[in-house]
Amino acid sequence: MAAADKVDPIHQFHINKIVPIEIGGYDLSFTNSSLFMVVTVLVASAFLYLATSGRHLVPTRWQSSAELTYEFIANMLKDSAGTQGMRFFPFVFSLFMFILVANLLGLFPYFFTVTSHIIVTFALSVLVIGVVLVYGLAKHGFGFFKLFAPSGVPAILIPLVAIIEVVSFLSRPVSLSVRLFANMLAGHITLKVFAGFIVSLSALGGVGVAGAVLPLIMTVAITGLEVLVACLQAYVFAILTCMYLNDALHPGH
Amino acid sequence: MAGNNGPDGTGETGPRNDRKGDIRDDELERRRRELGASLAARHPKAIEGEDNAQAGGSTGYGQAFKLSSEFIAGVVVGIAIGWMVDHLAGTSPWGLIVFLLVGFAAGVLNVLRSAGMVAGFGQTKSGAGPKDLK
Repeated sequence: MAAADKVDPIHQFHINKIVPIEIGGYDLSFTNSSLFMVVTVLVASAFLYLATSGRHLVPTRWQSSAELTYEFIANMLKDSAGTQGMRFFPFVFSLFMFILVANLLGLFPYFFTVTSHIIVTFALSVLVIGVVLVYGLAKHGFGFFKLFAPSGVPAILIPLVAIIEVVSFLSRPVSLSVRLFANMLAGHITLKVFAGFIVSLSALGGVGVAGAVLPLIMTVAITGLEVLVACLQAYVFAILTCMYLNDALHPGH
Repeated sequence: MAGNNGPDGTGETGPRNDRKGDIRDDELERRRRELGASLAARHPKAIEGEDNAQAGGSTGYGQAFKLSSEFIAGVVVGIAIGWMVDHLAGTSPWGLIVFLLVGFAAGVLNVLRSAGMVAGFGQTKSGAGPKDLK
């Protein structure tokens, strides 16, 4: 804020240590990122706990919104992974709520967006792929590897196709995490840049203030778009998780 | 909010049930079935809408993000594997070259698969093939 006309759109992604902790040479400090992860978990839990504490037969507004999210995820999971997939419901639902709440919290001014850091989204997607691998191997054993050898391929081509399929499988967590992270990062930078235009234009005097209305309109519109993107990305993450879990449940079909 | 509404809601339903009895329950049951039927009739539309949202996002922006991230992920993973193979086996440029090409192929496969033009993991092509080849 030293120079009012120079707005740094990246500044919002800085990680600050709140409680410095160092154990055995590793930096395990409690940062603003950790703080907002805790806040995200608290908000999501509080929402579900308070909304469902009444247990009315005719739901109140809050209860009905909680039931809506439950049914939304339950239907998504049943549609893409079958009824067997329902054993993963707590996992998918927690992921969806965490990402959704983190994305939406990040839209508040001065709040930190947890999902705008690739290491966070990568950890989430590695968790998904880890569950798929562990469950697939535990349930189907060696048969899980049929996933990498599509039927109907000539025997000579199988090794080559299998290598490509393995790389394609390994690229899933990368693309899953990159998509969420890039959407949040790009959206927040765009928002900041347009908001910065307002400040720098209005510093020019009368004409500038009149011109600043245009980026203001843009900022409002982009904020609306960002709410949509925040929900959409949580949805995309959840539905891709469901599809990957489907592979673990039924490899080879 | 929820606590305030609670006593009112339960207080009202009790006496009414006593007065009207079974007729009201039948009526409710019938209405619920009608509502279920009309909801089920609407459901396919809702699913289509969701599919569109998933594929297109807002305009082509979501689609572009999806396809590019799929392709880049394939290439990046290929490079990472190639680099690791070189690092472990000491076959300096060759692992990188070979796995870059494999990663490229995997990226193209990812893009085609996410665009719905190739069957998914482990599925036979005959199911999705003929319709999608056009």
